[in-house]
Amino acid sequence: MYEEKKAEKKPEHRLKMREQEPLARAKNFMEVPYGYTPEEAKKEASRCLSCLKPSCRSGCPVSVDIPSFIKLINEGRFIEAAWKIKEDNAMPAVCGRVCPQEIQCESLCILGKKGEPVAIGNLERFVADYERDNAVMEVPEKPKPTGRKVAVIGSGPGGLSCAADLIKSGHEVTLFEALHKAGGVLVYGIPEFRLPKEIVEKEVDYIRRLGVDVVVNTLIGKLFTIDELLTDKGYDACFIATGAGLPVFLGIPGENLNGIYSANEFLTRANLMKAYLFPEYDTPIKRGRNVAVFGGGNVAMDAARVALRLGAEKVYLIYRRSEAEMPARKAEIHHAHEEGIDFMLLTNPLRFIDDGKGNIAAVECIQMELGEPDASGRRKPVPVKGSEFSFEIDVAIPAIGTRPNPLLTRHVPGLLLNKKGYIVTDYETGMTSNPGVFAGGDIITGSATVILAMGAGRRAAKSINDYLKWKYWDTTQLQGSG
Amino acid sequence: MFKILRKEELSDLVILFEIETGDIARKARAGNFFVLKINEQGERIPLTIADFDRDRGTITTVFQKMGKTTHHLGTLNEGDYIMDVIGPLGIHSHIDNFGKVICVGGGVGIAPTFPIARALKEAGNTVISIIGARTKELIFWEDKMRAASDELIIVTDDGSYGQKAVVTSPLDNLLRENQDISLVYAIGPAIMMKFVCVTTEKYNAKTVVSLNSIMVDATGMCGACRVEVGGETRFACVDGPEFDGHKVDFNLLMSRQRMYTEEEKVAMELYREKSGNN
Repeated sequence: MYEEKKAEKKPEHRLKMREQEPLARAKNFMEVPYGYTPEEAKKEASRCLSCLKPSCRSGCPVSVDIPSFIKLINEGRFIEAAWKIKEDNAMPAVCGRVCPQEIQCESLCILGKKGEPVAIGNLERFVADYERDNAVMEVPEKPKPTGRKVAVIGSGPGGLSCAADLIKSGHEVTLFEALHKAGGVLVYGIPEFRLPKEIVEKEVDYIRRLGVDVVVNTLIGKLFTIDELLTDKGYDACFIATGAGLPVFLGIPGENLNGIYSANEFLTRANLMKAYLFPEYDTPIKRGRNVAVFGGGNVAMDAARVALRLGAEKVYLIYRRSEAEMPARKAEIHHAHEEGIDFMLLTNPLRFIDDGKGNIAAVECIQMELGEPDASGRRKPVPVKGSEFSFEIDVAIPAIGTRPNPLLTRHVPGLLLNKKGYIVTDYETGMTSNPGVFAGGDIITGSATVILAMGAGRRAAKSINDYLKWKYWDTTQLQGSG
Repeated sequence: MFKILRKEELSDLVILFEIETGDIARKARAGNFFVLKINEQGERIPLTIADFDRDRGTITTVFQKMGKTTHHLGTLNEGDYIMDVIGPLGIHSHIDNFGKVICVGGGVGIAPTFPIARALKEAGNTVISIIGARTKELIFWEDKMRAASDELIIVTDDGSYGQKAVVTSPLDNLLRENQDISLVYAIGPAIMMKFVCVTTEKYNAKTVVSLNSIMVDATGMCGACRVEVGGETRFACVDGPEFDGHKVDFNLLMSRQRMYTEEEKVAMELYREKSGNN
């Protein structure tokens, strides 16, 4: 045995997933990487050192047992590997694709100290896909009912993971979604080529099969208030996971001209409403010839790459800092470069110029340079005097973030909000100022990631369990803006 | 799935649906709207709630066949189902006893004006209503509006029914003769609301309008419906749909409503071809 192991040399380099050629994929909505074959997965899994104290696991917001599932892959037990992940994460096919592993699990991998870390994300994706394609997705045995009822509001990653955990604890769970399709940002925001919608549907279907009652077309706050859920409707607790809110615009002249979309709108039309299939689908979208996207996050990358796939000749990504400061994942920036997105860095828009008929015709920008570090620790961009310039565009997409949606919170009397309007909670438990009301994800933190929302959902599920047992509520230390 | 319980063809172009919506009907109030999506390929469109029956759990909407979606919608019949309905949306009308009020409804805008007029009357106001349309056959709900108003004035552009006038002409007369009008409500085409506001501004009469901008999610997420009110960008879906008419930039509203004119044409042609409905 010892001999054998010694003989087997672990591959030094991590195995890249094969992907569609950049120029080909920039014209279609199919997924960029193809994923590992079983052989490739085993080869990559064999690189794992099975550390006794695996630091990768501590880098995972939901503490997936990474070494164990990789070991199972190495042994060819792919389906068991998927189950192993599902003990901690109900949506591995999603997380394997959209988690920023490079700053989480993979950043702590021992192999990464000297060389390249194990491709944990790629392996997670592989086993999830393998299970989906090769097995009936097993549903764990139904636990003994507790007789308790919990309402989860919002079916994005936070709500889905919270609902999955709660149902496994034996509670009755209703998952309310305002849109006509469940999945939240996974269906309206993240494009098909990064996360095929079929996968999200399967994940939601899995949650349904666990026993969660998924109710779409239901806008909590308007159709029922939180108070009504907790009284008339008989819910014992609720978890608010309504996600990112109202899109922020640039606040410059001309921002309401035709052809200017928030990234949320542009992506919702393209992804949720399938506007890229217009007129087969009824929702239209402006297919710009020259498109400018403003921002440097993942949403900006998504919007730019969607615009390209809709047939734009030129897509500019306009960002006021340099590439090093971009909050987007490195892989997304890399993909955007490969596909031919034109990065205009250290550039800030000043105003939109119209064509005299209410449509956008051009944008005027100014060059920036990096000055002293600001509050975020990044060097603050300052305008270079006299460097104004303008160029023609016919679609503009600000992707500069969101602010909280007041729709739900304004109908919850007494709910403590911070200055910006986000819900104030206890980080560990997700408790808000109102007994029985928990919250988590982007409606607490502002725009963040899928996995952070899932982490918040799981923590909340745990503390909802405790609350349903002890009915103890103490959030006197919460501080809002009053 | 939401069942159409009743269909009434108010004219060749204007259709009324009473839709079984359960809880939405129980929560709907004057001024709210809803969004529907006919089928899997459908777009989400906002429509006004023209009435609601809390006991039956139904809402009533009136729409005019304009583009592909509304034409398609118009082909549905009693007993058919609409895939998605969501509501009630928007901030409902602020109803109080203001004293003497005028309600102006133009075209299909007559429909959402009705529950507001009724609520205002129930709150003790003296309600004078003006309803108008291009021609006689586009006037509907005369009886309902009469019941909800103390006085009802009807106008048509071509004079085929009621006074030959546009709504602003009796409105101007009323405002001149009645110094005590405390509020004007106006719902109809953007161009009508614009000129109602031009008229009421002369008399400094507070005017509320309901803006029908293009929407997608209609829950604040996308900003398709943005309008400018008092120089500020607002979202018609969550901040409205009702706004102080004197502050609304109607030219921007009209321009944004035309954003997809070309696409609408393409969709309509394809629909006509497919349905053989020329």
